[in-house]
Amino acid sequence: MRHHLILRIVAKLLIPPILLFALYVQFHGDFGPGGGFQAGVIFGAGFILYALIFGVETAKKVAQPEIVRVMVAVGVLLYGAVGLVSLLLGGSYLDYSVLAHDPVRGQHLGIFIIELGVGITVAAVMITIFFTFASRGRS
Amino acid sequence: MEHLIVIVLLSFLAITAVAIVMLHDLVAVVMLFGIFSLLSAVIFLVLDAVDVAFTEAAVGAGISTVLMLGTLALTTPKEKTSPRFAPIPLLVVIITGAALVYGTLDMPRYGDPTAAIHQHVAPRYLERAPRETGIPNVVTAVLASYRGYDTLGEVTVIFTAGVGVMLLLGSPRRQTKRKRGKR
Repeated sequence: MRHHLILRIVAKLLIPPILLFALYVQFHGDFGPGGGFQAGVIFGAGFILYALIFGVETAKKVAQPEIVRVMVAVGVLLYGAVGLVSLLLGGSYLDYSVLAHDPVRGQHLGIFIIELGVGITVAAVMITIFFTFASRGRS
Repeated sequence: MEHLIVIVLLSFLAITAVAIVMLHDLVAVVMLFGIFSLLSAVIFLVLDAVDVAFTEAAVGAGISTVLMLGTLALTTPKEKTSPRFAPIPLLVVIITGAALVYGTLDMPRYGDPTAAIHQHVAPRYLERAPRETGIPNVVTAVLASYRGYDTLGEVTVIFTAGVGVMLLLGSPRRQTKRKRGKR
């Protein structure tokens, strides 16, 4: 794909807005449609587009597989940790109301963090699966 | 007008499904799967399920198309067909389809406010979610807070899928070993 000039230019123009849109969907999911899952998929799609156009090896330099692999677990652990923190603060598991002095603020904070966890895991899994499939084809 | 849009979309959906069954070129089938997902996303949009439409468009039309193309690159883009006519699978499909259609006869009409699903917990969520969580998007409030356990389970499923793919296909160590073996 290295010689497709139009594809390369269009991808370079498109990838930053895709990643930005993913972040918007992630952090605006409380107010509009979207949330961690959709944001993670879009964020992963940005990296997959990059890998399709510029090659998997180049993409692996940007999103190093070792780091992405750790991120797969970090998201789930972040989600579970919010539950543990709410347990330690005297609430029941995944009850966000105890996370802040005001229950509504606590709910907001809890939802924000767990959506971030969902986004991290989904994006990392999407990137990992694509890398795995794409690397296998050439070996 | 909305009825007309839904009818047109559903007919397109049916045509796409038939074309998927008829075609043997798997690359074309994958493209049609993408179109199928996009049409479903538009139907969800017409039904005011914006979050579901969003997910369907991103996952169904986007990621899974790429992954299926990747799979085709690893395997073969041609479908293996058997020339024999198989009556038993056809019979099973017809009976299952008829049972499913029979099942829908008992369903409440679309948008019926007295349907069981609108009477159970939905009114409580709609009434209290903005006050209890301070989040205007009730879908996010339900998914992340009221149904936090379920969402944790879903994330674990995605995590497991990722780990499964890594274990089955990934393992960079085994790949280098195989490369060395080839040399």
